[in-house]
Amino acid sequence: MHMATVLTINGETKSFDAPPEMPLLWVLRDILGMTGTKFGCGIAQCGACTVHVDGKAVRSCVLPVSAVENRAITTIEHVGSTPAGAKVQKAWLDLEVIQCGYCQSGQIMSAAALLAATPNPDDSDIDAAMAGNICRCGTYVRIREAVKQAANGRQS
Amino acid sequence: MNAHNSVSRRSLLTGGLATGLLLAFHLPLRAAVNEPSQPADATDGKFAPNAFIRIDETGRTVLMMPQVEMGQGTYTSISMILAEELDADWAKVEVLHAPPDDKLYANPAFGLQATGGSTSIRAWWKPLRAAGASARAMLVQAAAAQWGVDPAGCTASKGEVIHAASGRKLGYGAVALAAQGQTPPKDVPVKDPKDFVLIGQSLKRLDTPDKVNGKAVYGIDAILPDMKIAVIANCPVFGGKVGKVDDSAAVKVAGVRKVVVLDDAVAVIGDHMWAAKKGLEALKIEWNEGANAAISTRDIWQNLRDASAKDGVVAKSTGDIAKALASGDKFEAAYELPFLAHASMEPINATVRVTKDSCEIWTGTQIMTRVQSEAAKAAGVPVDKVIVNQHLLGGGFGRKLEPDMVVAAVKVARQVDYPVKVIWTREEDIQHDVYRPVYRDQIAASLVDGKVSGWKYKVAGSAVLARWLPPAFQKGIDIDAIDAAVDAPYDFDNFHVEYVRAEPPAVPTGFWRGVGPNNNVFAVECAMDELARKAGKDPVEFRRSMLTKNPRALAVLNLVAEKSGWGQPLPPRVGRGVCVQPSFASFLATVVEAEIDDIGEITLRRITSVVDTGIAVNPDTVKAQIEGGLIFGLTAALYGEITIEKGRVQQSNFHDYRMMRINETPKIEVIVVKSGEAPGGIGEAGVNAGPPALRNAILAATGVTLRRLPIDRKLLAAGKKA
Repeated sequence: MHMATVLTINGETKSFDAPPEMPLLWVLRDILGMTGTKFGCGIAQCGACTVHVDGKAVRSCVLPVSAVENRAITTIEHVGSTPAGAKVQKAWLDLEVIQCGYCQSGQIMSAAALLAATPNPDDSDIDAAMAGNICRCGTYVRIREAVKQAANGRQS
Repeated sequence: MNAHNSVSRRSLLTGGLATGLLLAFHLPLRAAVNEPSQPADATDGKFAPNAFIRIDETGRTVLMMPQVEMGQGTYTSISMILAEELDADWAKVEVLHAPPDDKLYANPAFGLQATGGSTSIRAWWKPLRAAGASARAMLVQAAAAQWGVDPAGCTASKGEVIHAASGRKLGYGAVALAAQGQTPPKDVPVKDPKDFVLIGQSLKRLDTPDKVNGKAVYGIDAILPDMKIAVIANCPVFGGKVGKVDDSAAVKVAGVRKVVVLDDAVAVIGDHMWAAKKGLEALKIEWNEGANAAISTRDIWQNLRDASAKDGVVAKSTGDIAKALASGDKFEAAYELPFLAHASMEPINATVRVTKDSCEIWTGTQIMTRVQSEAAKAAGVPVDKVIVNQHLLGGGFGRKLEPDMVVAAVKVARQVDYPVKVIWTREEDIQHDVYRPVYRDQIAASLVDGKVSGWKYKVAGSAVLARWLPPAFQKGIDIDAIDAAVDAPYDFDNFHVEYVRAEPPAVPTGFWRGVGPNNNVFAVECAMDELARKAGKDPVEFRRSMLTKNPRALAVLNLVAEKSGWGQPLPPRVGRGVCVQPSFASFLATVVEAEIDDIGEITLRRITSVVDTGIAVNPDTVKAQIEGGLIFGLTAALYGEITIEKGRVQQSNFHDYRMMRINETPKIEVIVVKSGEAPGGIGEAGVNAGPPALRNAILAATGVTLRRLPIDRKLLAAGKKA
C-alpha cells in the first residue's frame, strides 16, 4: 500500500492513490480524467505528453509522480491563463497551425515554455525548444511562424 | 416529402470524377449509394431536407459530416460546400459526425462510408451542392408562400430569405418548419462559381479552437463510467498464436483487474494504463510462432524481384511499344520502395462495451460502417445493435481504414461486464500495422531526338484494393497500384503499363497516405530526370517539351520553375530537383533544394510547390495539406523503412522509426493557382512530391543516382558516384 499522493495541478490541489513510479501522464489521463495531455510514445521521444513543471516543459510520460510533489504543474487545460500560453494559443489559431491536433497540446506547451523563458526566440532557439515535439501532419512551418507571431505579434 | 426527389440519384451519380480510381468505381459500386432519404435520427421540430442539413426554429444549422476529420480540414471544407449552396449563415453552422449508414453517407467513390484516397471533396462536390441548393429552394418556397409572393422574386443570403420588391426578410429558423412541408422543386440549379461567397475563401477551420486547449476529444480520450484500461500484446510474429500464458505475477500487480487471452493476442486490463502496462510486462507468454517465423525482408525482396521479372497484366498500351523500344537511345531502370508504418500520433485504440445483445464503440475510424459490421461479427450481435461513436482522429493516414483494432477490442470487452479502452503502445502500433507494401517499378524507355519515344512501365507489388474493396479489383489489375502510372502526364506516343500482383508472405498490406501514386510518381519522376541527363537536357526543359498536351501540368511546372529560382547558380553539393505529377485530379509541381555534406548528410534548404487543384474550396487548407504532405513524404524518403527478421518487425518506436522534426524542416512556399476546374484531391498529393523531388536534387548535387528509398547516406559521401 502507498500513501495518497498530493499534487498541485493548474493551481488546484489534487489527492489520489497511485504508485510512486507511475508516470504523471497516466495520473492526469486515467486518474484525474484530464485528457488534453496526450500519449504518443511512452519514451519521451515525441513530446505529445508535454506539461510544465515549475514553468519548464517536461515529458510527463516518463516523469514519476513522486518526483513532482510540491511542484507547480500546468497542463494544456490551463496554459491559456498564462501570458505566454494565451499568446501561443492565439497565434496557433490565427495562423491555422493545426491539422489533426493530437500533438498540438504538447507543441503549445513547449512553445509557451520557450516564450516564457526566451521572449524573442530566433530560428535556432525555436528549433532547440521544439525539436522534441513530433508532428506527423507536418505543421512545422506554421509552428515556426506562429511562435514568432506569439513572440512579437507579427508574421515574418 | 423531402429532397430526394429533386436531388436525384442521377445527379449524384454523374459526378464526372476525374482520376482512374474514381472512374473505375463509377459503375459497379454506386447502385445503392446516397439515396438521400431521412436518416433514422429524430428530426422533429427541424427542417431536415436530406441527410446532411438540419435547421431548427432558432436558425441553428447543423451539418452532418459524411467524411471524418483526421486533420485534413474536411469538416470545414464540406461545411463550406453545403453552406454555400444553402446560403447559410456561416456563423451559425455547427457540425456533427454522421452515424454509420452506407445508404445515407457512403462516399460516392467507394460505395462505403470511408474517408481516404483524397476523395472527400471530389466525390461529394456535386451531391452536396445539390443537397444545399435544394434545401435553399425549399426555404425560399416556404417564405414566399408565407408572403404570398412568387418564389422567383425571392433570394437567399446568410441564412435569410429576402423579397427585394417589398424589402421583407425571414430568417431560416422562422421558416424551418414550413419548409419541411415543402415539395422540393426539380432540378434546382447550383450557383455559378462567380457567385460563391464562401467557397474560395480561406475561412477559419471549425475544428481547431478546441484543439488549442485540450478540449478536443479523440478516440483515446473516451471516458465512460466504470471504464477500465487495457494494453494488448499481439503475437510478435505475423500470423502466430498464443501458446501458454503464465499470469501469476501479472494478476498480483496493483491495479490489474484481468488477463484476457485471445487466439493471437493477450490483453491485460487495469484501473489505468500504468497498471495494465506493468501487468503486461509481468506476463510470461509462450507464442506458437508458426511458419512465418522464418520470414525476412531480404527474402521478401528476392521474391518481389523474381515476380517482377515476369510479364504483368497490361493496364494500358498505346502505339507500338516493341518497335519504339527497338530503336533510339535505350534506358532501363528499376525503383524500389520499402514497407512503411503509418505511425499516426494517436496510437491505435478503441473503447468498447459489450452486453448480451449490444455493442457500443468509441473510436476514431476512417471506415464507420465497416467497423460496425466487423464489430457485430466479433460481438455476436446484429449489426443494428452496434453503436459507433465517431471521434476526431489523431491522424489516420490509412491505418484507420482497417477495423482490426476495433475487432480486437470487442474480443477483449466480451470477457468483462464493464467498458474497456484498449490502447496499443507505440511499439504495438509500429509492429502490428497494416503496412504500405514494398513496390518494384521497372521502366524501359527509348529516346529519339531528345524526347521519350517509347515508355514501358511495370509495377510489381501488393494489390491492396483486392483485399480492401474486392469489386474494384478486376481483370487482375489493382487500379490503385497503377494510379499516376497509367496517367503519366507526358506525351509518350508509345506507352505501355503492366501490373504484376506480388503479395508479400504474411505481412498485411494496406493504404498509406499518398497511396498508389507514391510509388508511381517516384519512379516516373526519377526516370524522367535520368532520361533528361541522358538526353543532355535540363530536367525542367526536358519535361516541358513533353507536356504539350497537358496545359495544367505545364502551367504549374512553369510557375514552380520561376518561383523556385530554377537555373540560378548554387554552391557545390547543393542541388535542385523537380517533380511534376497529376495525382488525385490535382496538378502539382515541386522543386526541392537540398545540400549534401561530405559524409552524405542531407539538409533541406527550400521547397517550392505550385498546385492547381481546380476550385480550391478553402485555399489555406490546400496550402496546409501540401505543406504537411511534403513533410510526410520526405520523412519516408529520409528515414522510413520497416524491416522484418524472423517474422518480426524490427522497428518499435520513434527512436528507430524516425520522423522529420522542426529543425530539419526548411522554408516551404506553396502557391495555389486560380482555377475554375472541378476540385481535385489534396490530402495526399504533397506526399507523392517530396521523395522524387529530393532524390532529383541529390542527383543534381552529387551525380549519384538513387533508385531505392529510404535514401542511403553511405552512397552520398563526397567522391561517390552510383
